[in-house]
Amino acid sequence: MESLTNRKKVLEQKPMTFAERMYLPAILSGLTITLKHFFKKKATIRYPEVKREYSTNFRGIHSLKRDEEGRERCTACGLCALSCPAEAITMIAAERKPGEEGLYREEKYAATYEINMLRCIFCGFCEEACPKEAIYLDGDIPPASFDRENFVYGKDKLVEPIHKK
Amino acid sequence: MESALIIEKFLLITIVLVVSLVVAMYMTLVERRFAAFFQDRLGPNRAGPFGILQPLADGVKLFTKEEILPENANKLLFIMGPSLAMFTATISSAVIPWGRDLVFGDKVISLQVADINVGLLYIFGVVSLGVYGMMVGGWASNNKYSLLGTIRAASQSISYEIAMGMAIIALLMVTGTLSMRGIVDGQGSTLYGLKGTEGLGWNVFYQPVAFLIYLICMFAECNRTPFDLPECESELVAGYHTEHSSMKLGFYLFAEYINMFVSSAVISALFFGGYNFPGQEALANAGVASYWITLIGVGAFFCKIAFFLFFFVWVRWTIPRFRYDQLMRLGWNMLVPLAIANIGITGVVMYLTGHIN
Repeated sequence: MESLTNRKKVLEQKPMTFAERMYLPAILSGLTITLKHFFKKKATIRYPEVKREYSTNFRGIHSLKRDEEGRERCTACGLCALSCPAEAITMIAAERKPGEEGLYREEKYAATYEINMLRCIFCGFCEEACPKEAIYLDGDIPPASFDRENFVYGKDKLVEPIHKK
Repeated sequence: MESALIIEKFLLITIVLVVSLVVAMYMTLVERRFAAFFQDRLGPNRAGPFGILQPLADGVKLFTKEEILPENANKLLFIMGPSLAMFTATISSAVIPWGRDLVFGDKVISLQVADINVGLLYIFGVVSLGVYGMMVGGWASNNKYSLLGTIRAASQSISYEIAMGMAIIALLMVTGTLSMRGIVDGQGSTLYGLKGTEGLGWNVFYQPVAFLIYLICMFAECNRTPFDLPECESELVAGYHTEHSSMKLGFYLFAEYINMFVSSAVISALFFGGYNFPGQEALANAGVASYWITLIGVGAFFCKIAFFLFFFVWVRWTIPRFRYDQLMRLGWNMLVPLAIANIGITGVVMYLTGHIN
């Protein structure tokens, strides 16, 4: 039957020529190919010393941001926890006491704020849900550990250090 | 025998043994790193700079692993297998001439452990003994896969030894001697009598077909890819050393690398002029001390060996393994007739050019 596209390629199976049956030319060309790879630039990255560059929209460990005066932006509204599809975020809200104005921006703040990195799927919904621009997934990959407890990140690990501003 | 000679030989044997062990040790690393390079990877580079401590780490690992003796194995033969493999691998380097005689004043030191006039036959004898290490160890482990690997190893070795021997006969017709030193010294002359080719009269230019056959058979004798059927991982679960663990396995692997080193040395000596190098006459005429020429010759010999060791690795990551019937057909239907034809043609050419009458 006539083919519709004429793109079909008919392969003919010819008997091998003497050179092909000798197998040595084929081995030689194979050896040159492997030798080319021997001197090629290697694809491997020496990981702990050299790190692959992250893309600009890479989502890593969360960080809780501070404002220009170094006060925590988070107001413990719970929208991030609500939007989290993996239910990785828990928090306990507390009321700001007089004299703590330099620490927390709003009257309400998160007394504890925990993200379970084993549950988190790094979707970035918390970042999108936050009305206070308080959480961003701008960190690295969570480091490995032998204990599950070490993957529950509290405020000690999440809040960005104060000297940044 | 005077005691000075005994001490000299003892030192030489120790050096040769240590060198072949160290080369074998580092071949494991070179193999892995070069394998990685061929596959665009980096390979083990963590233990020490460039990974040079990796063989030590492997050795420590192998030594500290649990020794398992299978319950129904023949205990004595099971242990004898790797020992035999190691033994035969190390003794074959005895007749290889590593260099010309070192001459310091009136003191002459031979750089060959034993210059016997049947050196080549000795190597063949020892190499064919090498298969006993695999046979004994594989059979004694009372395992079907090991037995299959053993049978494969034995029949492969026997088949390829014939072609190897036939190829060597054509070479012997050219060299006219079985002594390794005689063969190597015979290659120090000019190539086809051309001027300026002193030290290049290598047998590979006179016997290219024999070289090719010998090269192929060398791969088969060392059980290296593409002829690594005795230990093919995918079909036989590592073949004859399936049941061997700890340093017994280490000995088998080690023996393979020593075999590689020795057969690289043998092929360099037989076909690539051994310690001869182009320009040695010019150096001697320029008045360079003879021990310097000897040492450069040893260096040249080791460069040739290094190339063949590299070639082993290079081929391993290029050519896939043969199927067993292909292996047998290549051995019996192609190499043996080719080698016999080579003998005939060599004889005719030698008769016509007046080398024999």
